Amino acid sequence: MELQAVLMAAGGGSRMPDLTYNTPKPMLPVGNKPLMWHPLNLLERVGFEEVIVITTKEVQKMMSTDPKMKDVKMKLDVVCIQEDGDMGTADALRHIQQKIKTDVLVVSCDLITDVALHEVVDLFRAHNATLAMLMSKAHDFTETVPGQKGKKKTGEQRDFVGVDQSGKRLLFMANEADLEDGLSIRKSIMRKHPRMHIKTGLVDAHLYCLKKAVVDFLADNKSISSIRGELLPYLVRKQFSKTTNCPKSKDDADDQTQKTADGSTNSTELLICSRDEPLLQLAQERSCWNDHRGDMSEAYHGGKLRCYVHIMDQGLCYRVNTLAAYIEANRLASKLLEEPAVHPSAVISERCQMGPDSIIGAQCQVADKTSIKRSTIGNSTTVKEKVKVTNSIIMHGVTIEEGCNIHGCVICSNAVIGRGADLKYCLVGNGQQIEAEGKHRLVSRF
Amino acid sequence: MAESGVTDGLCNTDDIERSKTEGKELTKEEKQRLRKEKKQQKKNKEKNDEKTSHEGEKKKNKKKKEEQPAGSASQPPAQPSPKAVPAPAPPPPAAAAVPVPASEAPAPADKPAKSKADLKAERRARQEAERASKGKKGDVGQPAPTGKLKAPPSELQPVVKRLPEHVQVDNPEVVKKLAKKLERQQTPGCNAAENVKIPLRSDYGYKVSLFSHLHQYSRKAPLTQQLGIPSTVIHPAIVRLGLQYSQGIVAGSNARSVALLHAFQQVIRDYTTPPNEELSRDLVNKLKPYISFLNQCRPLSASMGNAIKYIKKEISNIPSQCKEEEAKIKLLNCIERYINEKIVLAAKAIAKYSIEKISDGDVILVYGCSSLVNHILCEAFEKKRKFRVIVVDSRPRLEGREALRRLVQKGISCTYVLISAVSYILPEVSKVFLGAHALLANGYVMSRVGTSQIALVAKAFNVPVLVCCETYKFCERVQTDSFVSNELDDPDDLIVTRKGKTQLEHWQKVPSLGLLNLVYDVTPPDFVDLVITDLGMIPCTSVPVVLRVKNVDQ
Repeated sequence: MELQAVLMAAGGGSRMPDLTYNTPKPMLPVGNKPLMWHPLNLLERVGFEEVIVITTKEVQKMMSTDPKMKDVKMKLDVVCIQEDGDMGTADALRHIQQKIKTDVLVVSCDLITDVALHEVVDLFRAHNATLAMLMSKAHDFTETVPGQKGKKKTGEQRDFVGVDQSGKRLLFMANEADLEDGLSIRKSIMRKHPRMHIKTGLVDAHLYCLKKAVVDFLADNKSISSIRGELLPYLVRKQFSKTTNCPKSKDDADDQTQKTADGSTNSTELLICSRDEPLLQLAQERSCWNDHRGDMSEAYHGGKLRCYVHIMDQGLCYRVNTLAAYIEANRLASKLLEEPAVHPSAVISERCQMGPDSIIGAQCQVADKTSIKRSTIGNSTTVKEKVKVTNSIIMHGVTIEEGCNIHGCVICSNAVIGRGADLKYCLVGNGQQIEAEGKHRLVSRF
Repeated sequence: MAESGVTDGLCNTDDIERSKTEGKELTKEEKQRLRKEKKQQKKNKEKNDEKTSHEGEKKKNKKKKEEQPAGSASQPPAQPSPKAVPAPAPPPPAAAAVPVPASEAPAPADKPAKSKADLKAERRARQEAERASKGKKGDVGQPAPTGKLKAPPSELQPVVKRLPEHVQVDNPEVVKKLAKKLERQQTPGCNAAENVKIPLRSDYGYKVSLFSHLHQYSRKAPLTQQLGIPSTVIHPAIVRLGLQYSQGIVAGSNARSVALLHAFQQVIRDYTTPPNEELSRDLVNKLKPYISFLNQCRPLSASMGNAIKYIKKEISNIPSQCKEEEAKIKLLNCIERYINEKIVLAAKAIAKYSIEKISDGDVILVYGCSSLVNHILCEAFEKKRKFRVIVVDSRPRLEGREALRRLVQKGISCTYVLISAVSYILPEVSKVFLGAHALLANGYVMSRVGTSQIALVAKAFNVPVLVCCETYKFCERVQTDSFVSNELDDPDDLIVTRKGKTQLEHWQKVPSLGLLNLVYDVTPPDFVDLVITDLGMIPCTSVPVVLRVKNVDQ
């Protein structure tokens, strides 16, 4: 087997508490399908047959009842972990180390993308890389986020990503939070890669191909708890560290007795490096290919640990971890899904105006003289007469009484919007009731 | 296999003779008819009995080369026939009693005592009946021979030879058939239900008409696009190898062979014999789709072809009572030995011979990056010979830069020129060392495009040209020009951006413009003075001798 897929669905959704306080993030509906359905669909389309899903018990329960999850034909091996939030993604990988028999493809549950996955995996295969990841140019979310007054300040800190001339090799990765005085790049890197492009406007899709040796390395190094935050910068740095570049002669026995400064034994570092067997070494020597030119060193500068990144410039790639991203993803969901926008079991009266961008879920009832534009309406929702819904996300089981005007809102499950209510850019929580004739602007209601 | 093939076998021969004498072009219909006849024969098994003995003989001689598993026990003592594509001519006139040409049957000694005329008459009658009953069906041509020409050099086959099918890209039927064949490649036996489907890689861009029979792929459209991601159908090592071939990460004849054998080692390690199957036969069948896949990624080189032949032979020679573990270990050792003998030790031997030819004060010209030539020069430098090297390079690959890097790293003083300057620099040169991709049976040297140019100019300046080539790259193919069989690389490689401007960016939109990126060319033996192989230093024309000796050894 070549790759094992692991879906990380235990995240709390800490950046959108309004939505996730009731529904766990992996089960938030996007385009009327649970959020985690989208990466699973991507994996299924590409040809995976089994996925290990790391999630919480709550999500597992919801998964088993959700009809959309039954559409997933792959075999899902669900591993439950505690919800307390102390477990980082790397900890989760360590937890399932026994199940990992080959290289892994780690995907986050909040990734919605139409990337051609073979681009990332080809980098991983062709260069015998230790890490291959996916990044995308960030899009600005221009829609007003409901429930938030004023422009949202970019509280998130930027990521600095350094790539080489070809744009494929990952040379440098750091978050603004870790850089106090400024960005410093080691001379050894500059000598090997004199031209580095540093990009800040990239979104990390949290899709990683990792060698099996990395998972074994994690098992030995219990101090690493997050893949994105700690493991990745470590691997990127290790590409250029002296120990990995020293020619590995024969015995691992010699190296195992040494210990490096950070406490991990050399043997584990040896493990991460793509240990080239003698025949591969011979083939590489005889091959007249080099990944760079201008200096005297051989291909890959003799480095055994290589990290690659595929940067998407076209196509969709969203990480649904903020409210703005959630809304944007919902809007684009209709483009991603191949199913018809209107579920066949929905009852829609003829005098209803529906825009082409809208998605109507199963068993909905939409009455006369309603207008639904650029919105997503969840399952079993009732929309009465003379309602205008634009740019909104309505989740399951919502009742909207007559004459309402809903613009740019997110209305969570089982809410009831009273008659004649006028909501603009509001966020209505689960099971809430908006009183009749209420007028609200930019309000979060819980 | 059609045992009653002798009927058509001999009739085909008649027709071949007829077409040849009449100078007719073999039409599609004729080919179809022949194919139908063959199919018919497969059903008519009852005709076998009387004719089994000599039929087997004749049929093999006439049968078109099909992919035979190496384990097929029916290898006749006579050599398998070359790619003959005989086709029935239009209904033969009754008067045409063309004698069976003895040339078609290279083993006349085994001919049966039965009268040929009787057999012929029977056959003709049967064929008339068949033709009358059958209509003309549409399409796909006959199962044609595969790429490897197995005609031993000692035999002259006057049959009309056609291009191997994998090369006939301009014929849409052939392409369709290739697609079907790729689909059909499946693991036989109990797993017949699983079709190992190798996707067909589509051609890219406009092809220059002279080379329209060759495939031209784009590097940006790798074959992995059409495969599932955790590749279960094809072993991951092979997928990785195919990717590395198509992206050029593993380039160079030796490197490709070594990487191929390494991948095969991994395949063998992960292989388990299915129940009711024999390792010797099943493993060979498992390797077939992998080889097709690799061929689609990048056409196989002659050295790879020879390595594959060797592996297949070794696998099929595994005795059936051998246990799986032992068999696997044996195979892995065989591969190691092959690489060690044919590549590593051969390089050492060639270096030893070449050093005799390098004297102090020499100016040696090399072209491109040949691993063997680089090895020789490094060895000579270590043996304290005083020489300097001129590295000639050419676009678009610019492999000379890599050769330059390796030589300079050792400390050899080098000069670097592009091929356009070769006639300027040649007066300074005392010897030319060239590497080879393959040595053909008629003494022609197949090497990177540009090599024949260098050899020609060197001949004009009376500079000795020495070609270094290991014997495992000797190939039984014959060609006298670079058109009939070559490789077309990605045409977009020729596009260059200078000062932000890419002139050829929209070359596809210009209808009269075609970009041609050839990879190989052939150098005639007149321009080559010496071939240095691990068997010694031989003239170019002795290649068939070496091949014959090799065949006898095996």
